[in-house]
Amino acid sequence: MLMGQQILSLPATAADAPSSASINEAELIELRLRINGAERKVRVDPRVTLLDLLREQLALPGTKKGCDHGQCGACTVLVNGRRINSCLSLALTHEGDDITTIEGLAEGENLHPVQAAFIEHDGFQCGYCTPGQICSAVGLLNEKHTGTDEEIREWMSGNLCRCGAYSNILGAIKAAKAKMGGAA
Amino acid sequence: MKPFAYHRAGSADDAVTIAATPNTKFLGGGTNLIDLMKSGVEQPERLVDVTRLPLAQIEELPHGGLRVGAMVRNSTLAEDPRVERHYPLLAEALLAGASPQLRNAATVGGNLMQRTRCYYFTDPIFPHCNKRVPGSGCGALHGFNRIHAILGQSEGCIAVHPSDMCVALAALEAIVRVRGPKGEREILFAEFHRLPGETPQRDTTLAADELITAIDLPPPVPSARARYLKARDRASFSFALVSVAALVALGPDGAIAQARVALGGVAHKPWRAKEAEEKLLRQKPAEQTFRAAANAALVNAKGYGDNDFKIELARRSIVRALQQVTAA
Repeated sequence: MLMGQQILSLPATAADAPSSASINEAELIELRLRINGAERKVRVDPRVTLLDLLREQLALPGTKKGCDHGQCGACTVLVNGRRINSCLSLALTHEGDDITTIEGLAEGENLHPVQAAFIEHDGFQCGYCTPGQICSAVGLLNEKHTGTDEEIREWMSGNLCRCGAYSNILGAIKAAKAKMGGAA
Repeated sequence: MKPFAYHRAGSADDAVTIAATPNTKFLGGGTNLIDLMKSGVEQPERLVDVTRLPLAQIEELPHGGLRVGAMVRNSTLAEDPRVERHYPLLAEALLAGASPQLRNAATVGGNLMQRTRCYYFTDPIFPHCNKRVPGSGCGALHGFNRIHAILGQSEGCIAVHPSDMCVALAALEAIVRVRGPKGEREILFAEFHRLPGETPQRDTTLAADELITAIDLPPPVPSARARYLKARDRASFSFALVSVAALVALGPDGAIAQARVALGGVAHKPWRAKEAEEKLLRQKPAEQTFRAAANAALVNAKGYGDNDFKIELARRSIVRALQQVTAA
């Protein structure tokens, strides 16, 4: 089946990132950054993207690898409060940066208002794009480009949802905006 | 991805010195370069990270105009109040490009240096691309060429420059400031990107060890109105099939006193349509005049089959953009 083949091909992409066994320790570079409020010190190969650092080295698989080319938005995280595609960003360029992933949005058991709104408005089907959608929406609410439905759609255009949950994602963002008083 | 050495530049001179070693690339936001490194199109031995250099300011120039540091992010530039007010054409072009996430990462300098999205270039599975492998031929010439050039192309390369921002900068007659081993120099925007000719592997006139430090925007054209019109396959987050940056200033008599027309998605570089501008000067705004200008801009256009539609699309886009900037 086509679907099965596509899923089976995913590890091949992941294999492009060097495994810890295949790289020379001497070529690793020390990197300090803050992830979801915690200071982290890691050693990374220069080729490692922020996305692969999160998923493969720091056990934070909430951030998803979709296209790995900056075209789908599944890997969206917040860097110093601004949303970016973590797949197109080398980890080493983030020395000292403050990274927030989907794992860092809730406060304990209390979901972030955007997370709660996605559940309430059924803003997903399969859920694969959802962490990126939510991080992107949090970034969007900071940017305040939420005046009209059209504006929200335009400013969420970097996040694709192949299940087509767009109208409920829009509803969730509007609800979160109302709840948060227009500010994140 | 091929292994490479990573350097974080401490100063612009430091960056330029390291870049004197062959096969070194400067790293800005990485939104294009990292992608091309993943696919093996780009295989630098060294990356010089220039994002921490103090080149992220937007400053007012003494004679009017703005100096935009090369490391200013695209989103920051688009939202700068001085840009919104005095260079709305630039803000509109920036916001027409990419996605919010990409604009947050992408730098102004990197935007100028981005490579074409021609499929024969970006995917090494295609054997023929003179830009990627000089001398290997052009796969697009007799291949699938719907997104390709209609102006200024050569038999060796029919790729187009993908930037929206650069089309606005062409119309605004920006100046690119660069630093190299011999110091600083300025490059007129029209001379920064090049036509493919026999050497399509070279996108720009920048030397490998020259670093873009800033873009200077000349003072705004008084009482001008401008518009960036972009035609694409989707409503958002898609490269231009054709785009038009149109800027028109009317004189006291109601005739066109200044006109600038630049096109995107049609050539190997942002395409300034001077022939169109000449047809507009001293004329009263009218559809007939706009059509004459559009025809003049496309008089040497050539399609390759799949992209023939771009010629008429470009004409109509020019007319519409001019109508919008001159509407009461």
